[in-house]
Amino acid sequence: MNRWLFALPIAAFLVLAAVFGIGLTKDPSVIPSQLIDRPLPAFDLPGLSADAPGFGSKDLTGKPLLLNVFASWCAACPQEHPMLTKIAREGVPVYGLAWKDQPADSAKWLSEWGNPYTKVASDPAARTGIDLGVTGVPETFVVDKRGRVRYKQIGPIDEVVWTTILKPMLAKLEAEA
Amino acid sequence: MTAEIGHFALILALLLSCLQASVPMWGAHRGDSALIGFGRTAAQLQALLIAVSFVALANSFVAGDFSVALVAGHSNATQPGIYRFAATWGNHEGSMLLWVLILAVFGAGLARFPGNIREALLARTLAVQGMIGAAFIAFLLFTSNPFERLSPAPFDGRELNPLLQDPGLVLHPPLLYLGYVGFSVAFSFAAAALIEGRVDAAWARWVRPWILAAWVCLTAGIALGSFWAYYELGWGGWWFWDPVENASLMPWLMGTALLHSALVLERRGALVSWTILLAVLTFSMSLIGTFLVRSGILTSVHAFAVDPERGVFILALIIGATGGALGLFAWRAPAMKSGALFGSVSRETGLSLNNLFLMAATAVVFLGTFYPVIMEAVNGDKISVGPPYYNLTFAPVMIPLLLLVTIGPVLQWKRDSLRSVFGKVRWPAIVALGTGVAAIVFLGGKSVLAGIGFALAVWLIVGAFIVPWRRRHLLRTTPMSVVGMVIAHAGLGVMTAGVTAMSGFETSKVLVMRPGDTATLRDARFTLSAVDAVRGPNYEAQRAQFSVRQGNTIRDLTSERRFYPNSQNQTTEAGIGGGILGNVYVAIGAPDPGGVGITVRIYHHPLVGWIWGGALLMALGGIASLSDRRFRIGVGASARPLAPTMPGAFGVPAE
Repeated sequence: MNRWLFALPIAAFLVLAAVFGIGLTKDPSVIPSQLIDRPLPAFDLPGLSADAPGFGSKDLTGKPLLLNVFASWCAACPQEHPMLTKIAREGVPVYGLAWKDQPADSAKWLSEWGNPYTKVASDPAARTGIDLGVTGVPETFVVDKRGRVRYKQIGPIDEVVWTTILKPMLAKLEAEA
Repeated sequence: MTAEIGHFALILALLLSCLQASVPMWGAHRGDSALIGFGRTAAQLQALLIAVSFVALANSFVAGDFSVALVAGHSNATQPGIYRFAATWGNHEGSMLLWVLILAVFGAGLARFPGNIREALLARTLAVQGMIGAAFIAFLLFTSNPFERLSPAPFDGRELNPLLQDPGLVLHPPLLYLGYVGFSVAFSFAAAALIEGRVDAAWARWVRPWILAAWVCLTAGIALGSFWAYYELGWGGWWFWDPVENASLMPWLMGTALLHSALVLERRGALVSWTILLAVLTFSMSLIGTFLVRSGILTSVHAFAVDPERGVFILALIIGATGGALGLFAWRAPAMKSGALFGSVSRETGLSLNNLFLMAATAVVFLGTFYPVIMEAVNGDKISVGPPYYNLTFAPVMIPLLLLVTIGPVLQWKRDSLRSVFGKVRWPAIVALGTGVAAIVFLGGKSVLAGIGFALAVWLIVGAFIVPWRRRHLLRTTPMSVVGMVIAHAGLGVMTAGVTAMSGFETSKVLVMRPGDTATLRDARFTLSAVDAVRGPNYEAQRAQFSVRQGNTIRDLTSERRFYPNSQNQTTEAGIGGGILGNVYVAIGAPDPGGVGITVRIYHHPLVGWIWGGALLMALGGIASLSDRRFRIGVGASARPLAPTMPGAFGVPAE
């Protein structure tokens, strides 16, 4: 048999090891910061059905708010959901972006788990998701009064993230001119 | 003081494992039986030292010695005793110590009960085992010392993650590690065989019980983990394609392939290099799983503390172990010839195809798990792969595999004909097809996939009994390995039925209920009888009591939402009413904004218990197979080596 065939596993393994090595130098939780302190990219998306209008980037001004990216197939979203519900109940507008998800699936998911969102926009082809630099679900953007992205939370919001990062930040943005 | 004893024992174990890694290897090279014998003593002594170290750490946890940093970080005086004990391995450092302990116990087991393994092979195997041990103990001591002290000592510790305060945690990680680490024996055997340049049927017979034992533990461990996620996370799911779940699934898939290819090697002396390669890769998958969980390269709900230094160390370890073994493979394997040829329709072909599909399934999972890492390394893109990917890719690989499972065991070794195979599987095929068609007709045209799933389940369950049926006159003398095969393959069928039912027919409802309200889901009527506040040892909870009526039976289910003030965490305890045909599952959520009611999620999970039941059957099948007397009587001197010994195999340098 061909000797080279036996060297194939080690060759493939070395490539993989190199990839892991590069991967180690990158922190998956670090935020790509291009969007921070810049206006939201322009978008205007439909809602989940004809009678539930979506929203556009122009609608996200006037009050500090959260833009939460979710999907019906996302395993960590149910974990985050009670927290979002609580945040919405505290009077913070939470806008939902249903990412890479069929509108009907998102709607069904929301009817099952409850809908804390002020409005929900549907982005099944992830066009807006690309502009926003969405890397996965759930993710949450903090948007200030002038419609600029000020912070991005990757992964679910839990009690700690809310009380130590997001809530103080929203309070500060509320005080801004 | 206890912590220092543990620390000291661990340092001694490191020194000893360095000796174990070198002395027997030298002895095997020289043919010196005193040096070879040292390997066996060292392996057993090493296990003893690490056991002392582990007991010392567990003792610090149980006694609540908060001057040990690890204890202070993961245990709290109010935590129940059993969870203070289980917290020993509910963290990175402690679980690595458990990992090393299990590794040493396997090494000691091999040294204590070597059967009739050739002395030199045993010595080399123990030496490789010693190298792995030395690397991991060094990893523990230099990057994750569990015995570090805190000064001044705090009065009380932080708490173990409440999700982990559960009977499932007491067993799940040890079982899983027994599986992961158990494959190290196969790895060491493979590396030793490569060093010797000699693999034969006897080699497969020596290594197969160890593969089986590891596989049984891994199967049970994964099943337990899945069950734990089902009742503890409160989302009603049983598998989430989380990177860490995948990390346990990949060695399982590969270990299953290894189990079957080693069978071919044992019986027919074929697939020699392939089996060796699988043995190396299976344990490498376990190592990569460890890397995945502990390096922070991927974010996951299971991930331990992120520490790049540890990641670098583990990566170096993987490169040393896997790279070294694959290098040896590239160098030595071409000279090892497979003994026997086989026809295109034969048991050997069937098992090779089984291996091919299992490898494809592993590749699918591997790609899904590491795609984000690869993409980020290649062009810096951050992306994630979700369950839709796996649903689309995993099933198409599994369906042909499941079809093959029933055909494989009825094939003759060496040469068979399609006609005789069709004759043997005719009845199971007819019954399965009938079931599939009936399922589609009965459940409506939309459920073609469910029809396929149920047909496959019946095909597997009925098909598992072909072999015993054909030898029904000799049933009393059925070897335990056949019994094991029947149980395991039928178990796979049971599991297939469960997965099919859960993916197609799960129903759920979310609603707000007040005490006295009743909700209906399928044939079950849920009545919320009371909601009250209760206090646990280290948590406060809201407890909702339901009475669930199904037909004439009434069951009381309780669901809790627990709040752990020490760690500011919340967990959900679901109320589950189990049944053979399905479970009713109820979990409560936040109180309704209006004030009076609570959010309630109710589910009907058809056949969900079959998923874990099937997995347990598979593990039982493995145990039955393990008890086969063939493994105990060993290989007689008549077993001639099927692969020619490499000329001068003993003359090459031992590394």
